[in-house]
Amino acid sequence: MANKTTVTAEPGKQELFITREFDAPRELVFKACSTPDLIVQWLGPRGMTMKADQYLAKSNGHYRYLHTDTNGNAYGFHGVFHEVKAPERTIQTFEFEGMPEPGHVSLETARFEELPGGRTRVHIQSVFQSVADRDGMVKSGMERGVTEGYERLDELLANGF
Amino acid sequence: MEMRRDVFQAIADPTRREIINLVAHQSLNLNAIADKFDVSRPAISQHIKILAECGIIIMKQQGRERYCEIQLEPLNEVSKWIEQYRIMWEERFSKLDMLLETMKRDEAEGSGIKTRKKK
Repeated sequence: MANKTTVTAEPGKQELFITREFDAPRELVFKACSTPDLIVQWLGPRGMTMKADQYLAKSNGHYRYLHTDTNGNAYGFHGVFHEVKAPERTIQTFEFEGMPEPGHVSLETARFEELPGGRTRVHIQSVFQSVADRDGMVKSGMERGVTEGYERLDELLANGF
Repeated sequence: MEMRRDVFQAIADPTRREIINLVAHQSLNLNAIADKFDVSRPAISQHIKILAECGIIIMKQQGRERYCEIQLEPLNEVSKWIEQYRIMWEERFSKLDMLLETMKRDEAEGSGIKTRKKK
């Protein structure tokens, strides 16, 4: 059975939490989350390809990557690594380059918790500059979800159901 | 400062969240709501005005009293958004699950611990 992803976003707060367990040892999960060649294999949303321009996952390193959809629209993201402590923790900034004005940055802390039986629990905390920034981020996730819904409908229609 | 009038603005304030909880159970008039709080009546009045502008409550005239009635539809929006956001992450993590399976296999082979499985 698939492990459950939990998202907690309490009303009126500037933070959100994502929690998920994985059936793999901590070292492996950490590696998959901090190695550029591996990250591009999973972090892109459905229907998008991901390319990492730069990805220096160590303390004081930086990253920039692009999600590109099937129409060639590219969405850029970048930030710096405040701390990378293998295999326990990463702390980094995150900014979506598609915002109307730059400067909307969030702080992301990922903790990799070792569980018995070679399993791992990942905790991600994102802290935004305002409640509106956080809600906007969650909302943009929904808008993409809706777009994907339409794309799936398009596929169905194209195949004549 | 903020002129946003949507469901997120409505629930951004703890007093407004409490007002929502109160009127979610039964429609109440302004006095009944104000009695439950230590803050001033004009302050409560202002919160109710914002909630009405955000579409969370509507005011209904009953005789001489005006009652606040909850509108649940906009509140469902919030949980819908969070659910979509969760699904986006679920899709990513499913791909990560598959990647981890491959990595585990590679590692087992690399370290010479061959698990021979007959097909």
